[in-house]
Amino acid sequence: MLIIPCPDCGARDYTEFRYGGDANRSRPAHGGGSREDWHDHVFVFDNPKGPHREYWQHVLGCREWLLVERDTASNTVIAVHRARDREMAR
Amino acid sequence: MSRRPHRAPAGGRIDRSRIVTFTLEGRPLAGVAGDTLASALLANGISLVGRSFKYHRPRGFLGAGVEEPNGLFTVGRGARATPNLPGTLVELHEGLAASRQNGTPSVGFDLMAVNDLLSPLLGAGFYYKTFMGPLRGSWMFYERFIRRAAGLGVAPSGPDPDRYETRHAFADVLVVGAGPAGLAAARAAGEAGARVVLVEQDTLAGGGLLALSPEQPLERWREDALRALADLPEVQVLTRTTALGLYDGNTVALLGRSAHGEPDAAHGEAREWITTLRARAIVFATGAIERPLVFADNDRPGVMLASAAQAYRNRWAVSLGERVVLGTNNDSGWMTAAELARGGAELTLIEQRAAVTPALRAMAEEAGVRVHTGGLITRAIGSRAVRAAQFSTGSGRDVTLPCDLLCMSGGWSCSVHLGSHTGIKPVYRADIDSMVPGSLPEGQFAAGAANGTFSLAGAVREGVAAGQAAARHTGFGGARVQADAELPDTPYTVQPAVLPPPRRGKAFADFQSDVSTHDVQIAHEEGFVAVEHLKRYTALGMATDQGKTSNLNGMALMAAMRGQSPGGTTTFRPPWVPMSIGALAGRSTGQHFRPARRSPLHDWHVANGAVFTEAGPWLRPWYYRWAGDSPESAYLAEMHLVRETVGISDISSLGKIELHGPDVGEFLDRVYVNVFSSLAVGKARYGVMLNDDATVLDDGTCARLADTRWFLTTTTAQAGEVMSHLEFLLQTAWTDLRVQAVSVTDQYAGMSVAGPHSRKALELALPGHDVSDAALPHMGCLEITHEGVALKVLRLSFSGELAFEVYAPADRGIAVWEHILRAAAPLGIRPYGLEALASLRIEKGHVAGSMELDHRNTLDDLGLGRMASTRKAFIGQELRQRPGLQAPQRWSLVGLECLDPDKTLRGGAILFAAGDEIAGHGRGHITSVTWSVVLGKTIALGLYRGGLAHAGEEIICAYPLKGEQVRARIVSPVFIDPEGERLHA
Amino acid sequence: MLRPMSDSYSALALARHAITRSPWPAAWRKAEPRKGYDVVIVGGGGHGLATAYYLAANHGIRNVAVLERGYVGSGNVGRNTTLVRSNYQTDGNTQFFEFSLKLWEGLSHALNYNVMLSQRGQVVLAHGPGQLDSLARKGNTMLLNGIEAELLDRAQLMRLLPYLDYSPRARFPLYGGLLQRRAGTVRHDAVAWGYARAADRLGVDIIENCDVTGFVTEGGRVTGVRTSRGEISAGRTAISVAGHSSEVARLAGLRLPVESHLLQAFVTEPVKPLVDHVISFGAELFYISQSDRGGLVFGGHIDGFNSYTQRGQFPKVQTVAECAVALMPAISRLRILRHWGGIQDMTPDGSPFIGRTPVDNLYLNAGWCYQGFKATPATGWCFAHTLAQGEEHPLIRCFSLDRFHHGDGLDEYGLGNWTWKQ
Repeated sequence: MLIIPCPDCGARDYTEFRYGGDANRSRPAHGGGSREDWHDHVFVFDNPKGPHREYWQHVLGCREWLLVERDTASNTVIAVHRARDREMAR
Repeated sequence: MSRRPHRAPAGGRIDRSRIVTFTLEGRPLAGVAGDTLASALLANGISLVGRSFKYHRPRGFLGAGVEEPNGLFTVGRGARATPNLPGTLVELHEGLAASRQNGTPSVGFDLMAVNDLLSPLLGAGFYYKTFMGPLRGSWMFYERFIRRAAGLGVAPSGPDPDRYETRHAFADVLVVGAGPAGLAAARAAGEAGARVVLVEQDTLAGGGLLALSPEQPLERWREDALRALADLPEVQVLTRTTALGLYDGNTVALLGRSAHGEPDAAHGEAREWITTLRARAIVFATGAIERPLVFADNDRPGVMLASAAQAYRNRWAVSLGERVVLGTNNDSGWMTAAELARGGAELTLIEQRAAVTPALRAMAEEAGVRVHTGGLITRAIGSRAVRAAQFSTGSGRDVTLPCDLLCMSGGWSCSVHLGSHTGIKPVYRADIDSMVPGSLPEGQFAAGAANGTFSLAGAVREGVAAGQAAARHTGFGGARVQADAELPDTPYTVQPAVLPPPRRGKAFADFQSDVSTHDVQIAHEEGFVAVEHLKRYTALGMATDQGKTSNLNGMALMAAMRGQSPGGTTTFRPPWVPMSIGALAGRSTGQHFRPARRSPLHDWHVANGAVFTEAGPWLRPWYYRWAGDSPESAYLAEMHLVRETVGISDISSLGKIELHGPDVGEFLDRVYVNVFSSLAVGKARYGVMLNDDATVLDDGTCARLADTRWFLTTTTAQAGEVMSHLEFLLQTAWTDLRVQAVSVTDQYAGMSVAGPHSRKALELALPGHDVSDAALPHMGCLEITHEGVALKVLRLSFSGELAFEVYAPADRGIAVWEHILRAAAPLGIRPYGLEALASLRIEKGHVAGSMELDHRNTLDDLGLGRMASTRKAFIGQELRQRPGLQAPQRWSLVGLECLDPDKTLRGGAILFAAGDEIAGHGRGHITSVTWSVVLGKTIALGLYRGGLAHAGEEIICAYPLKGEQVRARIVSPVFIDPEGERLHA
Repeated sequence: MLRPMSDSYSALALARHAITRSPWPAAWRKAEPRKGYDVVIVGGGGHGLATAYYLAANHGIRNVAVLERGYVGSGNVGRNTTLVRSNYQTDGNTQFFEFSLKLWEGLSHALNYNVMLSQRGQVVLAHGPGQLDSLARKGNTMLLNGIEAELLDRAQLMRLLPYLDYSPRARFPLYGGLLQRRAGTVRHDAVAWGYARAADRLGVDIIENCDVTGFVTEGGRVTGVRTSRGEISAGRTAISVAGHSSEVARLAGLRLPVESHLLQAFVTEPVKPLVDHVISFGAELFYISQSDRGGLVFGGHIDGFNSYTQRGQFPKVQTVAECAVALMPAISRLRILRHWGGIQDMTPDGSPFIGRTPVDNLYLNAGWCYQGFKATPATGWCFAHTLAQGEEHPLIRCFSLDRFHHGDGLDEYGLGNWTWKQ
């Protein structure tokens, strides 16, 4: 069982979460970005075997979108942050 | 088959005073309490217990526990008949009905045994080399016979009458296996203060100790250990509980079984239950399994693992032979030989090694065991029961020794499976000729025989250490050290078994899969030498026992053929033992398979003649019996109701989201293709959201209830998606926007009052509130309180009629619904269901979820391109401009009118222009069809290349599944009231 | 280069070997890498081996190496649920998968290796009228493209598959289904072994335990590969490494529209014949068939997040078991013998990429999602054509790597552009 430590709710089974995909892709600014930028954002992935930054939403908990760093080769969770904290710190 | 009763008059862990009667293929037999099916059959002198998978060779029990490959039974009657259960694991209970498997017509007389004679043709991989001719499809002919011959038992034919459950549990320390190491580990961890769960697959705790006579002194140690555990309040000992698999996050799936496999249904007892246990630390004390020797006809009934013979003798008081030959390559074989000899058997030990320690020699001598060192068992003689053993002496002489039991002790294989399920490959240890756990991650420990430590004292020492380490890992340190004196510390040495190719007969590595040395030889010749190739090519280790006795022997055979030393490793996959599908499903069966979502108005519908249909997880009224007895007739009556007077329908399943904050307008401008920021308070607007890739995410309406308070609805299917989408944007991309989004789907009951008399209906229901066209124009909204109930009233229409949506607090939903029905009764108001709702919207040309909104279509495909604002940016805007999505040959929404009066249009028909060849993918397809009560003909919505540019053209709707071609005309998808006069009435 | 015909497999040869006890030759040579090849194929799975075979058989290009990191067939060709079918509705998919099924129908003979194609038919179930209309669209498209299909109503379904749950207990009632009689199963390992043996006999070098660690480039062109067994030069290089496409493409500086996900598969203990067809549940993604050995083989949805672990999550095991009992209540007492995970390369539209890449001389075959096994022969055929001609076979032009630039996705199932929802 992949277990994700939610910063709000504590360690929970992954089944409480909704996966949101690769968080390394940078979303072009709203109304900005070329078609190429949007193409890469939507369709192209690093897909590494190893540490992977990804989004998960705790849908059956606090509903917070989280930034999870997880090793895709072992499912070890390396770090978890609230996505909004990271975005606002930018 | 010998009929001599084999039960010793005394001894064993059985209760002779409680006779248990059972049947084998209908024949009544008796055992005693404490028996397994295997021990009871053996006590009754029944040693032929099955036929092998491929060659249908007669087989007896090889083992006494979880490793058993041969003795599989169908147990139970009727819908409870369960195939393929190893008799060694079936607890005997009163009335148990068992039958042996895989014999045609019976296990005693099996015509399929002819396969054994044909075996030179049927070696590993034979089917890849033949059955290809004479025709291309010939395999299908042969396959029928092969399928009939294959399989073991017969699956039940009806639903399972028993109950299952799934549970969740947590522990600081999980100890798997209650042998000496596990008992010691659980006690050490428990005394350190950790919450401990100790699981044991057997009915009793004790592991290897159970194969010792209960009269001997070590029984005291076992009892003391159990008593100590019982005194520790934080320690739970679960017998009849098997650890099936290890998963990420130190999660172990446990399978619990009710006693005797016969749940007490009257008390709601489950037959089996799955527990998902999350442990902070795990101790694997899973023991070891003895290996057979590989010699000719080593599969004859009466050839058995030495440890199994000892277990039958000491635990179940069944002595299986008076003249016993025991072949070994290790010290444990000597101890078993001595134990059996002390039990009264005449015992000859054939030891492969030329020399052993004086201590072993002395022990054997004292027990009266005759010993041949440097000898190798080469063959078992006998067909349905072993009669003699052939062995070659150290000097190369062949000797035949009559015997009635031939025991094999080929060394011990550590049970490393569980620890390797998460990808930690076991490693081979040459000194004990076994795999041991690889380097386990933090928080996982192995102890005892599972870890290659076979002496009792050593196992207990390791168990204590592992238990303490596990407790420490979870924050419980400083436990006192147990003093365990006087446990035997016998060393264990082994020499890898010599595996001579048989001169005649078949020598089996895998009994159930019928994999012999010859098959390994074929795999070797053909180059299938990698461990996984060997397994896949020969089926080694693929049987129901998962290779517990065969994997290492098979790999050793291959290594020997390749001239390599033993070693290598293989992947073990969960589960450790086969697990019932029913147990995994638990209570999620039948109507509980998936929770049904019910509207707050559900009970009213049930009481008032609604027939329900599934809409995703929702149960929604399909139609009401007032309108007809079949959906076909009822929905038309309901459509007439809405078109001519007034109806009411339940729309509670729509997703509902409240948005608050000063930036909601800006936010909605970004997520919808059209503009919302300019929406006045008290007004609503229809909007479409796109995904980043420009496909349509959802459509719905949003009303501005107050300056900073908005009420948004989504389609039923996309409610969750849209909510997460909005939250994602607010929490990641646009954290600067001051917007809060809250799902209120379950907070409100929703109802649509639709039809030319709908305003009158509301006037009757809501006296004192102004719902006139001036006060509540089309796309207007109001918040009112009526008789203490806060309501939202939105003038929106899906049907194309004058219509209102009323939202009431969920717990007042039925009251409001009934109030409207009562108040508007003079107008003839009635409820209408989903079928009518979906048909009314087709007449009006509204797109709907799953038919037109199928996640593939774009705004332009749906004919809604003009909605896209050019004044502001919206999600999907950029990728919408890709050439493929703007190409003229894209399809777009059209209406279709049937031109063949005696035919009908059908959903899923493929569209062609007149004159097209009716082949290929056509120009589009029909998405939705209904009978139009307004037009009096069949109409449809469809997607057609070029869309309304072809309006007026006659096309062909091909439905070759019914051999049908129907003519239709392309028209506007808005079949009724194109000017919207009804809406604005 | 051809071996003597005495190596041919047949009932007669089997009998001769049984009587004489003469050993069979190795199914394929344990080839040592040579300095260079006309074509180097990275990945010794079903697709790579099929590509090598058709290069040699159809195009006479025999100076070919297949490089396999582990053993032949160690990836997804030996981890799938063995289903083959051609019930597709999207223009491009329909023709490609039907071509593949036609190749399956002649494969045992072509390879002189019995891959046990068993066309027992597949039924996709519908639980309501809307779902049946969607299936009808697919069935009509199939018929219009010369592929057989039959739409079944509930009564026909009850006759064909009497063991499904038609009782009022069923949470999602059975409404009808779409039957393709030519669909069925193939013995998966035999596909890898049969292609390997046939390719080897045509001179292809199959090199196992050979890990590709990089690409050799010269002026922006790939001219060879670096491997754990030395550098090998190549006229053209093909990547065919399902489950690791992104990792290998990265070695050539490519980022792909691919994410790797874990799909679990299950097999029960063997029982006497129970399920003749392949059955696909309509309420959730779940499909079941019975192998010739008697085990029920089934699978469900991917675990739902990027993973290279080759082991699944337990809740998914339970979900799949729930589907099994919902569909066929009688199998509740049967037991799962093994379950395992394969790494599936998922794409934003559920369809693959085959053909040229932006790097000269480097060709890609990746992103097969759930479709990889059934596509094996056609992929091999068309990819070989592409490698031989330097230009895509017409049947795979729809599977181009840059199709999302143009907005030409092939979303067969309408699941949107999220790989983990596909």
